[in-house]
Amino acid sequence: MAPSLEEPEPVQDVIDNPLKARPQLVAPEPEHCPGPESETAGKADSCAGCPNQAICASAPKGPDPDLPLITARLAGVQHKILVLSGKGGVGKSTFTSLLAHAFATDEERTVGIMDADICGPSIPKMMGVEDETIHISNSGWSPVWVADNLGVMSIQFMLPNRDDAIIWRGPKKNGLIKKFLKEVEWGEMDFLLVDTPPGTSDEHLSVNSLLKESGIDGAIMVTTPQEVSLLDVRKEIDFCRKAGIKVLGLVENMSGFVCPNCTHESQIFKATTGGGAALAKEMGIRFLGEVPLDPRIGMACDYGESFFDHYPESPACKALKRVVKGLAAEIGEKVLLND
Amino acid sequence: MSLARIKHIVLVLSGKGGVGKSSVTTQLALSLSLSGHSVGVLDIDLTGPSMPRMLNIENAKVTQAPGGWLPVQVHAASPDKGVGELRCMSLGFLLRARGDAVVWRGPKKTAMIRQFLSDVLWGEMDYLLIDTPPGTSDEHISLAETLLKEARPGQVAGAVVVTTPQAVATADVRKELNFCAKTSIAVLGVVENMAGFVCPNCAECTDIFGKGGGQVMANDFNVQFLGRVPIDPQFVMLIETGRQPEYPQGTVINGQDFSKALQNVSSSPTGEVTKEASLLAEKYRGCSLEPVFRKITQDIVTAVG
Repeated sequence: MAPSLEEPEPVQDVIDNPLKARPQLVAPEPEHCPGPESETAGKADSCAGCPNQAICASAPKGPDPDLPLITARLAGVQHKILVLSGKGGVGKSTFTSLLAHAFATDEERTVGIMDADICGPSIPKMMGVEDETIHISNSGWSPVWVADNLGVMSIQFMLPNRDDAIIWRGPKKNGLIKKFLKEVEWGEMDFLLVDTPPGTSDEHLSVNSLLKESGIDGAIMVTTPQEVSLLDVRKEIDFCRKAGIKVLGLVENMSGFVCPNCTHESQIFKATTGGGAALAKEMGIRFLGEVPLDPRIGMACDYGESFFDHYPESPACKALKRVVKGLAAEIGEKVLLND
Repeated sequence: MSLARIKHIVLVLSGKGGVGKSSVTTQLALSLSLSGHSVGVLDIDLTGPSMPRMLNIENAKVTQAPGGWLPVQVHAASPDKGVGELRCMSLGFLLRARGDAVVWRGPKKTAMIRQFLSDVLWGEMDYLLIDTPPGTSDEHISLAETLLKEARPGQVAGAVVVTTPQAVATADVRKELNFCAKTSIAVLGVVENMAGFVCPNCAECTDIFGKGGGQVMANDFNVQFLGRVPIDPQFVMLIETGRQPEYPQGTVINGQDFSKALQNVSSSPTGEVTKEASLLAEKYRGCSLEPVFRKITQDIVTAVG
């Protein structure tokens, strides 16, 4: 028989399971480990012969005792929004930082960004706070404040050297994400944006299960126009469906490039299959708009500046404002941006 | 061991997503194959496999043979043309529907990667290119561990590290270079992808994602800089639709006239778009990026020895 994954995957199990406390293990998890936090921990076929079996089997069952702590910590946060994409490099972090700047233009509002990309954190650089460190007090870890009303938390702040690689397997990444939610003093906040790595794996499952109880408003999907990217984003939307995360809308980034010399528009990443608009229609989600490729967005990110403040007249800026307004409307909010 | 008869294993790595790991893997594979080497491509990006689409074999399925899985053939060897065989293995071939999410935690990804490295019947091959997901986590640790245990000394030639020029990308790719140092994987060199875009209308080159970041990084880490690859929408179209690259009259790159190359290679006078995978390598000969990768490939072959 040809190998395949045609058997329905037990995705629901994976999504539902990690709500228990993690027992202290004496050995690494074996290959087919059902997860030490899962309901079947210590009881699955693959547990036979594992040195952890007795520990997993006798660990207290029931929900993770940290969940109420996380929910209490986030009690003052009005809206929690995930920024997702199955594909890397489509502009998740760029969009997260632009969204944060847009919400933060209203001085009455407080915005937080949690960077859940553990192996490739980009938010600190884009927000211009790469060299900051985290301060820890009795009441918890304080986020790094970019402005009076804009706070950021990322693993980058914890590295001894800027270029250090974070060579961590899943459980360790999950542990840090939990700390970001449990230990950080998010306080009274209007928006908490969660920037994620590409894919549908540990980070996504953890963010989802840890935030479920306190409520996620939904996820915004970022894609580029070509099918190679749409293919992976389709998988991410499938993940959201299975995990019960509402998709607030889809943004198509890098749609077309206007030559600064002759203003001729080129479709660099051509939407041969209809692009983001067609995908949104196919999956029945809202299409929030297209943002053209503007080299100045990338430059603003490299220098940690706000693109909105520096280039308010560019077409990309106008397109972004439309997207942000559409998203705000979707969660019943208004955003202060001039046209 | 399925890797036993492979001469050289080359990893394609990047800390950053979407910089073109899979497109660099594709072009290295085509370029190696066009210069007569037999090439295998192993895609270990489990939650976002791109190689089946890149190589135009999305509907292919893997078959089971005694002792393991048979990789999908992209094209056969044709010794008279000096072209080597190209084959590919990816999780994409194992999915029920192409939009299905693969929601796996670390241990399951590790198991799949071990299986990919031990159960695929590659047979005799000059090169195995391994395309990876972004980051330095489960997939990479498992790959490095397994290769350390299973590969012959000297069989793992090293890693080609891909980046784009902007600082946001190189910041992550620097972490990947440190990963290579920590896991004792040699770095064959750095490729700077998406370096500049030439407007098809006025031929003005714009550095959309900045310029030179890859070279600076290669110098900082004292590794070879393999070259700069510009953005070519014609390559994107070749991958997306299978359309033969077309360039305006007078497009000359490194002394090779690409507008003329088109007329010689074009086998479809009706201008009909054919999406046949077997022709991919032939069509790639008419792409402006082919000479760029021919040089990068030569440098890699020399470095591998």
